[in-house]
Amino acid sequence: MKTLTTNSLLYLDGVNVSFDGFRALNNLSLAVEPGEMRAIIGPNGAGKTTMMDVVTGKTRPDGGDVYFEGIHDLSKLDETQIATLGIGRKFQKPTVFEMHTVEDNLALALKNDRRFQATLKWHESSAEKDRIDGILETIRLNSQRNSLASSLSHGQKQWLEIGMLLAQEPKLLLVDEPVAGMTDAETRQTVELLKEINRDRTIVVVEHDMTFVRDLDVRVTVLHEGSVIAEGSIDQVSTNERVIEVYLGR
Amino acid sequence: MMIPGVSRILDRTASIFLAVVLAIAIVVPFCNLLFPPTSPLHVPTYLVSLFGKYVCYALLALSIDLIWGYCGILSLGHGAFFALGGYAMGMYLMRQIGTRGVYADPILPDFMVFLNWPELPIYWYGFQHFVYAALMILLVPGALAFVFGWFAFRSRVTGVYLSIITQALTYALLLGFFRNNFGFGGNNGLTDFKDILGFNVQSPGTRAALFSISCLALALGYLICRALITSKFGKVLVAIRDAEARVRFLGYRVESYKLFVFTLSACMAGVAGALYVPQVGIINPSEFSPANSIEVVIWVAVGGRGTLIGAAIGAVLVNYAKTTFTTGMLAPYWLFLLGGLFIAVTLLLPRGIVGTVQHLWATRKRPADNDASGVSEQAPRPAE
Repeated sequence: MKTLTTNSLLYLDGVNVSFDGFRALNNLSLAVEPGEMRAIIGPNGAGKTTMMDVVTGKTRPDGGDVYFEGIHDLSKLDETQIATLGIGRKFQKPTVFEMHTVEDNLALALKNDRRFQATLKWHESSAEKDRIDGILETIRLNSQRNSLASSLSHGQKQWLEIGMLLAQEPKLLLVDEPVAGMTDAETRQTVELLKEINRDRTIVVVEHDMTFVRDLDVRVTVLHEGSVIAEGSIDQVSTNERVIEVYLGR
Repeated sequence: MMIPGVSRILDRTASIFLAVVLAIAIVVPFCNLLFPPTSPLHVPTYLVSLFGKYVCYALLALSIDLIWGYCGILSLGHGAFFALGGYAMGMYLMRQIGTRGVYADPILPDFMVFLNWPELPIYWYGFQHFVYAALMILLVPGALAFVFGWFAFRSRVTGVYLSIITQALTYALLLGFFRNNFGFGGNNGLTDFKDILGFNVQSPGTRAALFSISCLALALGYLICRALITSKFGKVLVAIRDAEARVRFLGYRVESYKLFVFTLSACMAGVAGALYVPQVGIINPSEFSPANSIEVVIWVAVGGRGTLIGAAIGAVLVNYAKTTFTTGMLAPYWLFLLGGLFIAVTLLLPRGIVGTVQHLWATRKRPADNDASGVSEQAPRPAE
């Protein structure tokens, strides 16, 4: 398994997942190139979140190949190992540590020795402090640094979670519905934020909001019933008859 | 590593708590031994032992608060680790009896002679040495917790399911220890202790010393808990409590964290049990009863989950109330009272006594941004 199976950063081929006979992913194939930002859209139940679960190790596929960087077989690793390889994930519902301050949330996410022995002895270094300052700047939460995460607005929690992803320094970010529940202004800021992050990291975004996807202006993959039905620019896929029929037409 | 950590571990609450515990450790034996029984300042020996029992319970409650309050592991079987520590100490004390037993067998404890056992079972070997027994007090509960936790946490058993299997664990041990052929005195357990390290366990001096040692153990246990929860490790624990999946996707190995803290907590419970046994003079299988373990959780909930000192205060208050009520006319109603107390605390004081006080204090201090950092960080949501 030392030879590269592909040049893609993330490579899914013929992936199948069923839950009690329901086919959540049906022969799904998808490749994301290094440095790319990819948007994934599709109606409810199309398998978007299941795909993320497969990539991050939460769900084991029944069949098919899932490769990261061409050499790591993700279907054989668990969440912790996959996170350590450099895949970060933002959940659909913003999931931050409510009882910790914004700063502590980021400190916990910072790329570091994750073993418990290390956390017992840990002391904040000035390099880590600088990293946190930088991230707070990026996610625009500098003034909330010492507030508990539970006191943040919904949109701010989404950003904090994205900030935590950044702190992990992953090679690939999986972002599930980042603008759900955001105001228009916040949505626009999120587009800017993702574009900024995409300068040095690969991103896969799942989103329902078509204006947001249009604003991102990236390659779009449309899922339906667990398979890819179209791929291309937003203009290409939005004129695709199948896509209009199953998704946009409604 | 210690120097910059001291101020982190010993905040004001922690310093006051430690000072109080250490003061009690000195004052109570002092008043017991130095004042004559006629003096109003005299503390009778039976009270020293009773308070010593409370202090052991406080340490047990602390061990539960560490895992439940900070890591969300609701163990309803921690009495098992307490009892195992107690049995290890009991075995040492049994071996100290020697020929002073009813049957005057130099090696075999009375119950083994009574059951016609020809020789000492292998697992009783070594317990005549205090150091070996002390090691077992930590090792046996720790090892059981490690094996149990290894399977439970790796299989991702959480929430009520974990609570139920911890109940099953202590219930299984209860049944086992009830059997005579298990080799721990069956129904009657271990009792009739004479000496500990050459001192008579009944003498006021020994009782006073045991009391002080229990206080020191509580103080040490508290310091260890503080050191853990104020470190980054403690922050990871709280993160696991509040969003376990998130912690996993950040790349932490959640099961290692849980296993470490669960094992440590079991060792603390074992020490509490070991100090408890010479002060009450008996250890029997009823210590394994599931209801006991549930009671400990109630102490923690009453005192304030996730506050550490609340666990200790809750343990002392509830047990003081228990002593008061079960010795009077209200004795038959104690369990109703305890149940009522748990419901009342859950509904009216979800943060517990200490949690509520800390919350009020924090809101008064900064009315502007009442939820910002500090004390409220320690207060988790009410029991699940």
